[in-house]
Amino acid sequence: MTDPVMPHMEVGLAPETSLASRLLASRSFATGAIITAVIVAMALVSFGWTPYDVTKIVIADRLKSPSLSHWFGTDHFGRDIFSMIMVGARNSIAVALVAVGIGLAAGVPLGAWAAARRGLVDDALMRFNDLVFAFPSILSAVMITAIFGPGAVNAIIAIGIFNIPVFARVTRGAALSLWPREYVLAARVSGKGAARITVEHILPNIANLLIVQATIQFSLGILAEAGLSYLGLGAQPPMPSWGRMLFEAQTMMAIGPHMAIFPGLAIIVTVLGLNLMGDGLRDALDPRLRGKG
Amino acid sequence: MSWFIARRLLSLAVTLLLATVVIFAVLEIVPGDPARLMLGINATDDAVATLREQLGLNQPVLMRYLSWIAGMFQGDLGHSFTYGSPVAELIGERIVVSLPLALMALAISTAIAIPVGIYAASRRGSATDTAIMAVTQFGIAVPNFWFALLLVYFFAIFLRWVPAGGFAGWDEGIASGFRSLLLPAVALALPQAAILSRVARSAIIEVLGEDFIRTARAKGLTRRAALWRHALRNALIPVVTIMGLQFAFLLAGTIIIENVFYLPGLGRLVYQAITQHDLPVVQGTVLFLVGFVVVTNFLVDITYAWIDPRLRRRGR
Repeated sequence: MTDPVMPHMEVGLAPETSLASRLLASRSFATGAIITAVIVAMALVSFGWTPYDVTKIVIADRLKSPSLSHWFGTDHFGRDIFSMIMVGARNSIAVALVAVGIGLAAGVPLGAWAAARRGLVDDALMRFNDLVFAFPSILSAVMITAIFGPGAVNAIIAIGIFNIPVFARVTRGAALSLWPREYVLAARVSGKGAARITVEHILPNIANLLIVQATIQFSLGILAEAGLSYLGLGAQPPMPSWGRMLFEAQTMMAIGPHMAIFPGLAIIVTVLGLNLMGDGLRDALDPRLRGKG
Repeated sequence: MSWFIARRLLSLAVTLLLATVVIFAVLEIVPGDPARLMLGINATDDAVATLREQLGLNQPVLMRYLSWIAGMFQGDLGHSFTYGSPVAELIGERIVVSLPLALMALAISTAIAIPVGIYAASRRGSATDTAIMAVTQFGIAVPNFWFALLLVYFFAIFLRWVPAGGFAGWDEGIASGFRSLLLPAVALALPQAAILSRVARSAIIEVLGEDFIRTARAKGLTRRAALWRHALRNALIPVVTIMGLQFAFLLAGTIIIENVFYLPGLGRLVYQAITQHDLPVVQGTVLFLVGFVVVTNFLVDITYAWIDPRLRRRGR
């Protein structure tokens, strides 16, 4: 779990009216959006239907290779891997999504506050950021989940905590670039307070930037959740999770490599979809960055 | 420059001090009594009370924090509840696995990323560039522990070229040690190489658009010559920065990979200590890793400012 923050962007450059057309023209965004939509649809469908019951153990069907009846084969308990991946998608998406929500809910107000107040508040936020970034995120996530008990909720908290300084930093940086603008100065002259200016003028102008960062953190959250589940610290049985499926596959690699291949591909495809969407959004919001990687 | 270093040193000291408070506080609120955990559920209350006294757990929180800090300055990070050995000694035994592993991963990642980044940047917009970017996009999405499983399957189970896990120790010979660390290092290096090659490509493209490159081209230099003589050196500054950050996080990031390969490194030590509630080991190892990250970032900052004087002025 690294903590990449998108490159600096001058906010508010692109006119809102052309954003939709630029997004539609972006192959990255379209591919990413389709992949993400398929994964989300799969997770939603799993609430009502899966090809097989994921909790049902059928020893006669154990370690079956992929076939027409079991698309991705079966595991060492005879459970259908495709069905488990469908249900596992729910867990991965929910954990990563709520963790992004925590980051947004706490990080954006903090960053906006620091940019509006500057001085001591800003310094304190920067020191807080330094402190959180000094803790390798995977290490701290393991610490939090192991100490407070394994499970999806603690995994969400562990991942969410690390999203807070990321969103605070992005918000602060973008807000600082907007405060000297004429329309903000005009708002100040008209008597509006810092909080009102932030809500009415700053946040709407940095919303696009935050959406892009949210897609990046979402994909990192999927990887982090998989890592924690692999260590047994994420969602607990009988709820299938992609990371734990990989852990269970480890001892079966010699006789059933398909047990590891498909959950891994599910993680890759999901992360890839989100990253492509993020790239497309970033390019559409700031055409100067297009093709720079 | 000395003013810049002094400011950064102060910031480093403050971050480390706050980190000790956070680590100590988080582990203070851990549910469960370490003494009872060590002695088991059948232990008598008297035995638990005696052990609590021996471990100094009855002292006030502030006293325990201060004695932990004071010990740290003398190289004493406390004693492990489960191993019975000094924590500093355990870290010393494990770092000889984790540090070479992180260094190997960094070397592999750099050896792949820099040439790939240069090649892609020099052919920006071509089909090769697009293909390379697609591969790196894929590389970023791959969980390293899944890649590790595939490496084990192919190279250890199928081809039987390298061991599937474990570490015999450096006493068995340097070659044997490196063989044990090869697959874990490759698994750790892949996502890092993907990120680094994108950073390298992006930095080179940025520099190629600068005025001094246009001047060099106007003076008659070929695109290739301008790239090698002028662009590359300038573009390597952000690349080296990212490499420094990656190195620090590679050391801490071994926590999952060391578990996949059953390597007796720092990652596995801290993971086992967390699950066994061995608080002195958790505190000492986490602080060591945080210190490593902070010091590496400090050195990267200093190097960066030494190369680029504008940053020193900005830091004032």
